[in-house]
Order: sequence, then C-alpha cells, then structure tokens
Amino acid sequence: MPERDLKQVEAVLSGRPAPDPAAWRRVRAELASRAGAEGLVDVAFERHDSPLGSILIGATHEGLVRIGLPTEDEDEVLAELARRISVRVLGAPRGSVTEARRQLDEYFDGRRTSFALPLDWQLTRGFRRDVLRATAQIPYGRTASYREVATQAGRPAAVRAAGSALATNPLPIVVPCHRVLRTGGAIGSYRGGAEAKARLLDLEHSA
Amino acid sequence: MQARTGSIATTTRHPLGLPPFARVVEDHGPALLRFCAARVGHERSEDCFQETMLAALRAYRDVHDPSAIRTWLFSIAARKAIDAHRASARLHQPTDDIEAIPVGEDPAVRDEALWDDVRSLPDKQGRAVTLRYRADLTYAEIAQVMETSEPAARRNVFEGLKRLRKDTDHART
Repeated sequence: MPERDLKQVEAVLSGRPAPDPAAWRRVRAELASRAGAEGLVDVAFERHDSPLGSILIGATHEGLVRIGLPTEDEDEVLAELARRISVRVLGAPRGSVTEARRQLDEYFDGRRTSFALPLDWQLTRGFRRDVLRATAQIPYGRTASYREVATQAGRPAAVRAAGSALATNPLPIVVPCHRVLRTGGAIGSYRGGAEAKARLLDLEHSA
Repeated sequence: MQARTGSIATTTRHPLGLPPFARVVEDHGPALLRFCAARVGHERSEDCFQETMLAALRAYRDVHDPSAIRTWLFSIAARKAIDAHRASARLHQPTDDIEAIPVGEDPAVRDEALWDDVRSLPDKQGRAVTLRYRADLTYAEIAQVMETSEPAARRNVFEGLKRLRKDTDHART
C-alpha cells in the first residue's frame, strides 16, 4: 500500500480556513450578550458614530465611566480602563450606554441641552473631580474661564491644576469641559482637539 | 511573538498588567474557534467556543502572567472539547464510515475528511496535532497546554501524523 507523503498531510492540516467575518461577528456578539447576562462584564463599551467621528462609550454597573473622543487611541482607552477599573472590559450591550447614545444623538441634532445619565466618577479624584463637577454646572450655550471653574471648585489660585483636570476629563461632552475657555475668550486646548471644541461651541450657539 | 513565552505558574505581576478582555477576544478568539471546530466538528464548535470564553472570563482576573494567556486559553478549550465529546459520545461515533467520505474532489471536503480523521485519533495525539496545526502553537506551548514535556508533545504530534498518513491512504484506496 503506497503511503502518503507526510508533507502533504501537514500541508492540508496547516491550511487556514478563510475566516468568515460575518460569522465571527455573530459569535462575538453572542459571547458579549451571554457574558453580560452572567454579570461578568465590569466595563461594557460601544462605539458610536457622531459628527466628530467614532466615539467610544464605556460604562460600569454604576453608570457612564469613560467617553473616548475620536482623537484618542482606542486600544489605549481600553487599556486604561483595564488598568484602573477592571480587566473585564468587553464590547457588550448595557442600558446606560444605549441611553447615552440616544441622548448624544439628540445633543448633536440640537434637540438636547442637558444630559440625564448615571455617571461613575471613579476615574477622577480630589480637586480634579471638584473641577469637573463645577464644570458640569455650566449651562448649555454658556462658557466659563479656567479661573472661574477653579474658584467654583474652591481653589481660585489653582488655575493650572484646573486646566489639567479638564485636559483629563474622562467624560467629555457629557461633562462639558469644552465650555471652559481661556480668560479673554481664546478657545484653549481640548482632549479631542481644538477643532472639535470649536465645533461643539458652534453647535451650542446656533441651536 | 515575544509575549508568548513564560509559564502559567509565575506569580509576579506583569508591569503592563493584563490586557482588557476585549483585546483577548480579538487576538485569540478566531484561533480558538478554529481549534474548537477541529476538535468537536462544526455543528458544536460555537458552543465549545462560548463555554471556553465564558470560563476564561470568569477566571481572567486571577491570571498572573499575561504572556501565558494564549496557552491558558487553549488549555481551557481542550478541556471543553473533551467535555463536549463525553456529553455526546454516543452521538458521535468514531469514523467507521471513513471510506464513504468522497475524498479527492472538493478540497474543502477532503480537508474536512482529514479533520474527521484527526478527531478519531487517540485523544493525546489528536489534541497535539490540532494545537500544532490549527492553533499554531509551538511544541513548548503544546507541552504547557497538555501538561507534558516538550519531547512528549513532539512525539504526540509525530505519532498522530504517522497515523493520519495511513488513514488517508486507506481512505483513498
């Protein structure tokens, strides 16, 4: 009996079946929903298309914990969530994220002037958190200076520290750090880029 | 890939920590799904995959060595595949019908027939061959997954291939 070449057996075994992207997406979605149902997802996230580009929205069981702007590297945002909150980070459905997506759409359409969402503030602490909470009080269509938010947060002289609190805002748009400008009205910097900041301010002034 | 060396038993924390589980799914999911399909057949591959990933996610926070994630995942998948076999041992007879498979025409059918043969190899050989060719693990990694030595892993793959060669001939004559 002629024996087959070992090399031929190996060649067939080594052949990678072409991955079927649609099937893989379906399998991955099923995993996400089963993991969510079992309570195994500490941080659930989804990507959301917005006029600024693709935004990443992450939530713990407490509420929204992180919004990643299009200028941010998604892998880094997810790695930060893994390092600072839990490694059980998964693209999975979660009610608060769905609700955030709906409210963001309304905001970008000019139909919403404030957000009503559960927030998880754990990525920010101390004075930085105070600055962001003060920032959250600035009404739609209005602006404040860095000095004003520093004052509101209880440390009028800590203008620079207020600036770095805003630069590391984990929840941009929803906590409207884009409404904080330099004294005299210069636009200042923004985690999502100065252009995105100008765009949000335009939206709020024309709506 | 450098991140694939190291042992599961290490207790030191990696300075970079564990990657988010989403990253693990993207990096290793497709290979695990292929591995499951090769071990339990297409119809049951998705169940095997889901059981594997859910078990991995349940235990993920206790993983100490990020560089051993891949072999750790395949150890879980190998166990889940054995569970699946036990659960349906009566349904899934080892392939007596090997001669009925129309080999040699459609490459996909021929390849599938060969994977059927792999499933009917002695368990250790079948697992070793699948880890080598479906999951692309090194012999050192196969040894880790199968909790054996590297020479033993090598021998299992080789013995498996030898037997497959005979089976293939048998199927074609």
